[in-house]
Amino acid sequence: MAATVDRSRAVSGRLAPLHSFLLGGAITLFIAAMLSDWAYSTSYEIQWNNFASWLIAGALVLTALAVVWGFVDFFRNDGGQTRGLVYPVLLLITWILGFINALVHAKDAWASMPEGLVLSIIVVLLACIAAGAASMSRRTGALS
Amino acid sequence: MKRASLLIAVLAALSLSACGGTDPDPEQYGADPVLPDHQRGLLPRMTIANPTNWGDELPMVPDGYSISAIATELKIPRQTLVLPNGDILVAEGKGGNAPALKPKDLIAGPIKAKGTTSVESGDRLTLLRDTDGDGTYEMQTVFAENLNAPYGLAFIDGALYVANQDALVRFDYTEGQTRAEAPPVTVTPLPSAINHHWTKAMTASPDGRFLYVGIGSNSNITERGMVAEVDRATIWQIDAATGAHRAYATGVRNPTALAILPGTDQLWAVVNERDELGPNLVPDYLSSILDGGFYGWPYSYWGQNVDPRVKPQNPEKVASAIAPDYSLGSHVAALGLDFSSPVMGAQFAEGAFVGEHGSWNRKDPVGYKVVFVPFTAGRPSGDPIDFVTGFRGEDGKTRGRPVGVTVDPRGALIVADDLSNTIWRITPTR
Repeated sequence: MAATVDRSRAVSGRLAPLHSFLLGGAITLFIAAMLSDWAYSTSYEIQWNNFASWLIAGALVLTALAVVWGFVDFFRNDGGQTRGLVYPVLLLITWILGFINALVHAKDAWASMPEGLVLSIIVVLLACIAAGAASMSRRTGALS
Repeated sequence: MKRASLLIAVLAALSLSACGGTDPDPEQYGADPVLPDHQRGLLPRMTIANPTNWGDELPMVPDGYSISAIATELKIPRQTLVLPNGDILVAEGKGGNAPALKPKDLIAGPIKAKGTTSVESGDRLTLLRDTDGDGTYEMQTVFAENLNAPYGLAFIDGALYVANQDALVRFDYTEGQTRAEAPPVTVTPLPSAINHHWTKAMTASPDGRFLYVGIGSNSNITERGMVAEVDRATIWQIDAATGAHRAYATGVRNPTALAILPGTDQLWAVVNERDELGPNLVPDYLSSILDGGFYGWPYSYWGQNVDPRVKPQNPEKVASAIAPDYSLGSHVAALGLDFSSPVMGAQFAEGAFVGEHGSWNRKDPVGYKVVFVPFTAGRPSGDPIDFVTGFRGEDGKTRGRPVGVTVDPRGALIVADDLSNTIWRITPTR
């Protein structure tokens, strides 16, 4: 990232546009996976389970990039203020739980339930909290 | 941070529980096997065969028997048929066209493929002939080609029946023939959509009126949806003359070899049961197959043991499920079955030979051998006895994987090996 981007971000209190896209995309996919799990759990229609598996895989790719970006941001811009770590660490936990969720979803048929749905809900909540932490730390200037 | 490291520790522990340790004793044989609780870590326990060449080694057989390779460099031999004149037909090929459904299929598929041959599907029948009766098969010639993953073979007066992965076909045959004279006639199409389990095992009724064809399930445990399971996990009885069929038995997850017990009209099958419930679940079995019988899949296994992975459940079907006759042990992957006769020697005269392709869903591998299940008065009467072993060596490398087994009435057991692409012949030394 160019330094100019960082400065504009610090001024506006927002993530870089591509970083926002990664985070927003990941959360969208995690939410879609959660809804697919819910649909499977109520209908037993196996295709929802397949959808959830791919949605989680996609979300993990975007989340991984956002986690890296978050840590790079912290080490480049933060002068040792641990508050700046909240966002990338929360997002890393999101990724780890999401990965466990992907393994749970690799089980056949109903073997992925109800753990899959529970994990999907937790992951969505964590991802949203991480996004909130990102905007909080920016508003208070902790990340610039 | 504390939380993160805790999570990492939990993850590490979970993956260790999936990969480490040893499996419980695999000996669960007979009519009443011990069925442990379900277990499945985050990752399935897997040990995939690590193939290597035989070199100078041979499979091991009991004292008083000898083994030799009578055909090599085949294209994935599966099942064999001994013709009345002593010629041996070999069905060669590989079927299935199941698409990847989940991300795991893209990962698991190539991993499991490492344990099988890289030779391409032969889609043909090869004929082997021992002209002078010395036990060496001098002639190895293609009898028919351009088939579609042929597997089950049967001979009924003047006709050869071949169960392709998508159809039952018939060749006219006159004794001594070494090449089919015309393309085969289709007797009836067979269920072939997806073909997760593609092998169409076959045997003929003693009177030659019917053919029995095994049609495996289209999934491990309904993960492709119940619509994909119409006409699957069943054994069809097909009228050889008209091609008309009816479901002879259902709930049979993957019937990979069929045979009639000599002297009776009773159909027997070896059946591969479901995976990913643990190292000692679910036992593959050898069983008589009753007309109209339901054997549990997918709702339950070994009688009334409900499989919680199947939703919605069907308590009425579970209540009607028949427990099989004889457990061969979980994950052994029985793919071959034939009944013996006194030509095989006194110890192996009465019973069934079973070819066990070998496990993937177990840390400590099982199978990878041919066993003999002794029978008394038409029922299994003891633990399996190793008959051909050494396919998986002490060095952990796999040199061969047995599939079809056929008793040659002249006094030999013919074993197809689809890893080294070899046909083995085991004879009593006289």
